[in-house]
Amino acid sequence: MKRAIILTVVTVFALIGSACTGGEATPDEIVLMTHESFAVSEGVLEQFTAETGISITVLRSADAGTMVSQAILTKDHPVADVMYGIDNTFLSRAIDEGLFIPHRATSIDSVPASMRDGQDRVTPIDFGDVCLNVDPVGLVDRGIDAPTHLADLAESGYTGTLVVEDPSTSSPGLAFLLATIATFGEDGDYPWQAYWQDLVANDVRIISGWDQAYYGEFSGGSGKGARPIVVSYATSPAAEVFFGDLDAAPTAIVDDGCFRQIEYAGVLAGTGAEAAAGQLVDFLLERTFQEDIPLNMFVFPANREASLPDLFVNHVVTPTAPIIMDPSTIGANRERWLTEWATVVR
Amino acid sequence: MRSRRSLLLLAAIPAAYLAYFYVYPLVTILVTGLFPNGRFATASFVEIATNPTVSSVAWFTLWQAVISTLLTVLLGLPGAYVFARYRFPGRSLLRSLTLVPFVLPTIVVGVAFLAVLGPGGPFGLDLRGTIWAILIAHVFYNLAIVIRGVGVFWEQIDPRIEEAARTLGAGRWRVFREVTLPLLRPAILSSAALVFLFTFTSFGVILVLGDLRHTTLEVEIWRQATAFLRLDLAAALAVLQLVGVTVILLLYGKARNRKAGELPLLPPAEVARAPRGLGEWALVATTLTMLLVIVVTPLAVLIGRSLSTADGIGLSHYANLLNPPRASALFVSPFEAIRNSLGFAIPAVVIAGGIGLLSATVVVSGRGRGGGTFDTMLMLPLGTSAVTIGFGFLVALDRPFDLRSSLLLIPIAHSLVAIPFVVRSTVPVMEAVQHRLREAALVLGATPRQAWREVDLPLVARALAVGALFAFAISIGEFGATSFIVRPSTTTIPIAIFHLLGRPGTFGEAMAMAVVLMAITAIAALGIEAIRGNRSGGV
Repeated sequence: MKRAIILTVVTVFALIGSACTGGEATPDEIVLMTHESFAVSEGVLEQFTAETGISITVLRSADAGTMVSQAILTKDHPVADVMYGIDNTFLSRAIDEGLFIPHRATSIDSVPASMRDGQDRVTPIDFGDVCLNVDPVGLVDRGIDAPTHLADLAESGYTGTLVVEDPSTSSPGLAFLLATIATFGEDGDYPWQAYWQDLVANDVRIISGWDQAYYGEFSGGSGKGARPIVVSYATSPAAEVFFGDLDAAPTAIVDDGCFRQIEYAGVLAGTGAEAAAGQLVDFLLERTFQEDIPLNMFVFPANREASLPDLFVNHVVTPTAPIIMDPSTIGANRERWLTEWATVVR
Repeated sequence: MRSRRSLLLLAAIPAAYLAYFYVYPLVTILVTGLFPNGRFATASFVEIATNPTVSSVAWFTLWQAVISTLLTVLLGLPGAYVFARYRFPGRSLLRSLTLVPFVLPTIVVGVAFLAVLGPGGPFGLDLRGTIWAILIAHVFYNLAIVIRGVGVFWEQIDPRIEEAARTLGAGRWRVFREVTLPLLRPAILSSAALVFLFTFTSFGVILVLGDLRHTTLEVEIWRQATAFLRLDLAAALAVLQLVGVTVILLLYGKARNRKAGELPLLPPAEVARAPRGLGEWALVATTLTMLLVIVVTPLAVLIGRSLSTADGIGLSHYANLLNPPRASALFVSPFEAIRNSLGFAIPAVVIAGGIGLLSATVVVSGRGRGGGTFDTMLMLPLGTSAVTIGFGFLVALDRPFDLRSSLLLIPIAHSLVAIPFVVRSTVPVMEAVQHRLREAALVLGATPRQAWREVDLPLVARALAVGALFAFAISIGEFGATSFIVRPSTTTIPIAIFHLLGRPGTFGEAMAMAVVLMAITAIAALGIEAIRGNRSGGV
């Protein structure tokens, strides 16, 4: 036994030794830190390696919040060179912490100016909208129409129909909370807290994660639950078509109260390979990667030049006026809003 | 008796391992969190001490863990007894099945529990969002710990001791209370301690089945660290959690030190027999029915979901896994996922088995010489917040080697959780090994090393097999640590499930992948049963 352990220890250290790659001038490996929803087709990242000779290692954090925490903790000696997937709800904290080195991506001019960071500290890579999804069949069964405005959900006809995600544990949940705050405001006769009180009185179900809410509680599409309205993504109906091999979407979105999430990439300060990291950010915004985004992550490429797959052209309904909130507003209020929200719904 | 020097030498390896991979990361992250600008964050503790939510969360964390542990032990003991003492058709399979819940990701269990405990479930109750859903899920997850942990001991207790007591006129209940229970006490305490630590730090079950009123310190730590980005508060809560765990472990250590006497242990093959008479059959039937309800119903729901397709019952979800209909990186071949999972699980088992066995030897030989304290220390990682340790790795393990993104860190992280299982399952048996037997061997001229290898080891091997099985289960079902470090090309089964559940439309495939995970676990458990069956004849 003892011999086996010594052998293990020796092997372990031998492996560690071989895993350590030295030399900062021309790295042969670069580390990309991203969130758990990151998905890419086979061969796409390899194209970067073929062009530059640099291979990419992907680290996936649980979610954008975890990723930002991890990056803040390792600021002095970052575990990665590039971060991708930080969204507008966490951006301002990361920027305040000085996590990123400005980098002007080669294709940045193909990105709408409204999405860009004025100082190029981060580069927009993709965007998508968090929207209410409805199950038309379930609504007909209940004899109600699809809501046309967020306020409808507080009406008595919609009692027991809505399932949402907890904003303190779920990214679409946070997006929906922010949408209600933007819609109803902080002051006035009917502020967002009053709206949430009405939602609670109307038996809203609050679930910690998207998967549980969609698959467990939602009645539409591949959902197995009993509620006909759920907070999900504008692309969810199209994803149903894609994965279920259907001709038409079994679900639909509500064109009100949609919240736009923009995901960015940035070169992490403290990287020993700034040039290579910049090259990776460039690559993420180039057409090869951009055109691979939609069918893997079900969001839109930020680069206007990227062409969309037929599925997106035919089946994705884009909300007419998604809510866009300034990252610094979110950063300054997130903790207070979440605490107030918890007080209202608890 | 081992000399003090060789004992210290033996202790050095596990101590160094835990110091580097547990204590050092933990201390580093707590210091980082608690001294944000180089000054102690007194305000964070004040904020926690004065926040009524924190005290209610701490209170809930404690009482739900106590109740969960009591329930699990109460329901697990009959199971442990029936499997240890009786032979009946399907015994190995059923016992193997009880381990399956232990590996299932909570998001998958959530799906099953929503179906079983929801309004449309077989029991017609709606327990969603109630404390009952959490307690039942904790029992579901941890039953195997009691069934195996106590069972491995029970099946080696000589039934003649109990028979003697009955001959002397004691009733069944009295024999159990006054003879069997005291003999089982160390094993029951060990299992209960493991269940307690698991439920005290419960995370996934709480998120998936709880609601905002039912939340643990573990969930709060994570929420503070990732949603509020308040690393100072997260660290202060982690300290609070650690203090709670330490107090409980000290109490456990005290209770455990009232050591049971040495027992004559027997190979299990000689102990188990077919049930006799109506009473015994009734006991076996009742126990198995309970297990079927608690363990098998949710598993059956998952299998049902994996087979339910748009065109009725079918295997199309499985076919999609093997032959993805779409060019999407979401679909991972189950064979690839199995291979990757085993690639992490096998090293994890080797590390946990090696370090765990060394530790157990130190604990047993060092009784009264610090062995007990060492034993308590070994349990701490189980009671430490996973978020804290995970973040600790990130801030601490960058020098001298940058291990933070190394695939090696996966089996190491798994071993931290698995080592206590190896120690807990081996220590009670090791303590019960008749010292007389080994002393006899020494008298007959064997060296201490020979005596250990030829007398202790075979007896302990069975218990070690149980510990190794748990280590395997921990590794193969683990999600958090793996998901961060693993590359898309080395996706494991739980990660594949997670990704399939992360999109609309791939629910059936996620369920099919979960069934693959269940099958692997059951096969591993059956395999261990077979090995143990063969080995027992030789003792």
